[in-house]
Amino acid sequence: MAHFTKATSIKDWLNQRLAIDTVERVMMSEYWIPKNINFLWAMGMVLVITFALLLVSGIFLLMYYQPNVDTAFYSVNYTIMRDVDFGWLWRHVHGVAASVVFLIIYIHMFTGIYYGSYKKGREMIWVSGMLLFVAFSAEAFSGYMLPWGQMSYWAGMVITNLFSGGSLHADGLVEWIRGDYVPAQAFLTRFFMLHVLLIPLAILGLIGLHFGALRIPHVNNQDGEEIDFDKEAKKYLAGDKAGSKVMRFANDFMSKDMMVVGIYLVFFFYLVFWNYGFAMDAVNFDPADGLKTPAHIYPEWYFLWSYEILRPFSVDIGLVAFAFAQVIFVLLPWLDRSPNTVPANRRGLFAIWFWVMLVNLIVLTAMGKLPPEGMFSQIGFVSAILFIVQWLMLPFITMFEKKV
Amino acid sequence: MENNSRRGFMGKAFGAVAAVGAIGSLFAMKKSWDPLPSVRSAGFTTLDLSVYKDNELVTEKWRGKPIFVLKKTADMVAKQTESQKARDIEVNGSHYMIAIGLCTHLGCIPAYNASNQGFLCACHGGQFDFSGDVTKVPPPRGFDIPPFKIEGNTLVLGEAGPEYTKMKESGVTL
Amino acid sequence: MKNKEPLILAVVVIFSLITYYLVEPYAHHVMHKHVESEHFAYADLPALAANGDATRGQDLVMGAGACTGCHSIEAAGMPAAMEAQDAAASYGVNPPDLSNVGVIFDERFLADLIKNPAHALKVEHKFTEESGKMHPMSAFAGGGGDIDQEVADMVAYLKSIALKAEDVTPKIAYENACGRCHAMSYENWTQIGEKPSFKEKKDALAYDIKVLQYEDSLKAYMGKLPPDLSMYIRSRGEHFVSTFIENPQAQLEGTAMPRVGVTAEMAEKVIEHMKDSGDTKRAERESVGMNVMIYIIIFAIFALLWKKQVWRDLH
Repeated sequence: MAHFTKATSIKDWLNQRLAIDTVERVMMSEYWIPKNINFLWAMGMVLVITFALLLVSGIFLLMYYQPNVDTAFYSVNYTIMRDVDFGWLWRHVHGVAASVVFLIIYIHMFTGIYYGSYKKGREMIWVSGMLLFVAFSAEAFSGYMLPWGQMSYWAGMVITNLFSGGSLHADGLVEWIRGDYVPAQAFLTRFFMLHVLLIPLAILGLIGLHFGALRIPHVNNQDGEEIDFDKEAKKYLAGDKAGSKVMRFANDFMSKDMMVVGIYLVFFFYLVFWNYGFAMDAVNFDPADGLKTPAHIYPEWYFLWSYEILRPFSVDIGLVAFAFAQVIFVLLPWLDRSPNTVPANRRGLFAIWFWVMLVNLIVLTAMGKLPPEGMFSQIGFVSAILFIVQWLMLPFITMFEKKV
Repeated sequence: MENNSRRGFMGKAFGAVAAVGAIGSLFAMKKSWDPLPSVRSAGFTTLDLSVYKDNELVTEKWRGKPIFVLKKTADMVAKQTESQKARDIEVNGSHYMIAIGLCTHLGCIPAYNASNQGFLCACHGGQFDFSGDVTKVPPPRGFDIPPFKIEGNTLVLGEAGPEYTKMKESGVTL
Repeated sequence: MKNKEPLILAVVVIFSLITYYLVEPYAHHVMHKHVESEHFAYADLPALAANGDATRGQDLVMGAGACTGCHSIEAAGMPAAMEAQDAAASYGVNPPDLSNVGVIFDERFLADLIKNPAHALKVEHKFTEESGKMHPMSAFAGGGGDIDQEVADMVAYLKSIALKAEDVTPKIAYENACGRCHAMSYENWTQIGEKPSFKEKKDALAYDIKVLQYEDSLKAYMGKLPPDLSMYIRSRGEHFVSTFIENPQAQLEGTAMPRVGVTAEMAEKVIEHMKDSGDTKRAERESVGMNVMIYIIIFAIFALLWKKQVWRDLH
């Protein structure tokens, strides 16, 4: 039993019970961050802020949204957009943030790949991050169902059909997921539950894991330098702030985080008020109609690359390729056989691999949206093959990489 | 915390700017909680007073609440005391008791007994007379009277006419 | 150490913009046919032959075998002979009241419509000889004189009784131009008029039944029920709606939707009304947007200054 003394202040009272000073030290003031990092390291904070925006706007949407196939479209487009004061603002913030969060996730992810931040003790950061990506994808998809417009309905139809497994004809599984023969009331209510409860809970837990996984190995840096954090921290605390290679998370790096967040929010709110079309597809402003497929259906932009890996092949091969694309990024720490934890530009062939991967994903993204006809179809096919080949090659090109 | 001293002037200034933003967003959040315009615009009920019969209680609905309408008999009108008269609503020569049919104690709906011309609330035993005034505790006061406006032989609930304003000033509406 | 951040930022921005360009403007350009506006000139229709005389026009419009056999003109004290759903049962769609057609529709269009309805409406593909179907509006055969002069007189009369253009509200423009085929439930509009509020449920249901009867006739006439336009300004966008109103065939060949024939000014009002239904908060979005932007720029500047102060000691 710990020994408690009469508290001298509220802070002391809390300190004895919650050790707030220690928490503050470990997570904030003596959470040492290398100085040689650039603004890409602020993407974590940008994601936290975006997630907070999603959470707050989502709470206000939840107060008026009705998860019923007869009233869902009306509750979104009439009640929330016309009737509720600032309802339109919550919807625009929610829709735009849901799209932009993936842009930031991709930047965050490719920062990690470029600087090798998934290696040497940082594997769990990568794995938890990829799990977050999966959870965010599920969250985005389930949320996309809720307005119950044409895109909601047909995306629900197409994506749940993926689970039939092609020639396996697992129609029972598809019906189990939908709770009906087609996406209908049971489907809408269960995806509503997933969107507002189960997946957000998973995301919150995974965010905790992701942060925790980062605390012990510390943040990577842009030069592939191995830093003795204890030694550098002592130097800093002794007063040699300028000479130390590290800085405090709060307020040193946090001030930069906030600067990046400030610039990001200017961009974000510009999109919310003036350029929201990319995040709120026009087709979804038509109410769901199970007897009429829209002329063009396509997923939101952040799913397009994996959708395009599915599309150019016959159904079974397509599903296998699609499944491959979904899991392969998680395995990156083990597929990369090189001992180097340095930026890609110092890693020879890997640098080429990185830039080709990035450009190819953009090509796949574009082809995923364009109609699958003529040249677009062929480019998509070649890109999908290239994507698979690149991953198969990765262990070999990294195995022979010279130690730097 | 020791951090605060290190935060310096710009840190405090930035914190203040962020706080202004947080308060601004609270304004939007508050507005989103307000009753919807569609709810507010539906807050009017028109009663056609020609349909009511003497000493027969009819319950109408206004803003989701029950509204008691009781047309008084000549006998009732004649025996009204001053305080009962203060609650009386006269339209085209007929006299009515019109009030929100919720016990002012804790909101149950009292029942009307036409033979003894009074209301009894089954929840806690409160009683009211035919004018809606309280005759037995626990209710602290008579039935509340909703804003009304007389238009010919109809009554619009939700709008305040001169007769209502007069009653309100005398304090019997609450 | 050289500062690489501007270069990194440039790379991030360029890749993001390329992706955006490909999936948004470029992909939509490939997916959707682009139709240029013709500014509601109706250049395919001949200009009016002569100056019309409204007094003579009145006699022609009211004359036997002319307009008032089917059309009401409330402005001239001639109410509709039938209820909307009964008229639709006879004609497929309720023939419009002519009170304000003179201001809503272009004069060339009106003149051509009187002489050859299916031509002016660009629905001749529906009423071919093989189909055996006739357009429900019969062409004006002439009153015995020069038909072009007579038509000009009729148009002059219709213009003389109509509201002034500035008095036509977006709602009136919509009701005249679109409202007999397209409901707009968010504005409480049905094809037979604005739905009143009923105290009795059976009255409300009786009204709904009339609407359903009307819609059945309309469905039979048009091939399918014309859509509710409540959210069309957001599901189709202003450019599509405008060019579609101008010439439906240019956007969607073979569509049963007739050319509307509105003037450019009235087309704007129709679109304004669609915005009043589907994008009601557009003005608030602008003003709130400006305030938020001003705030967030100040926020960013203070964050930048804070960072500068904190980092002064770190180098």
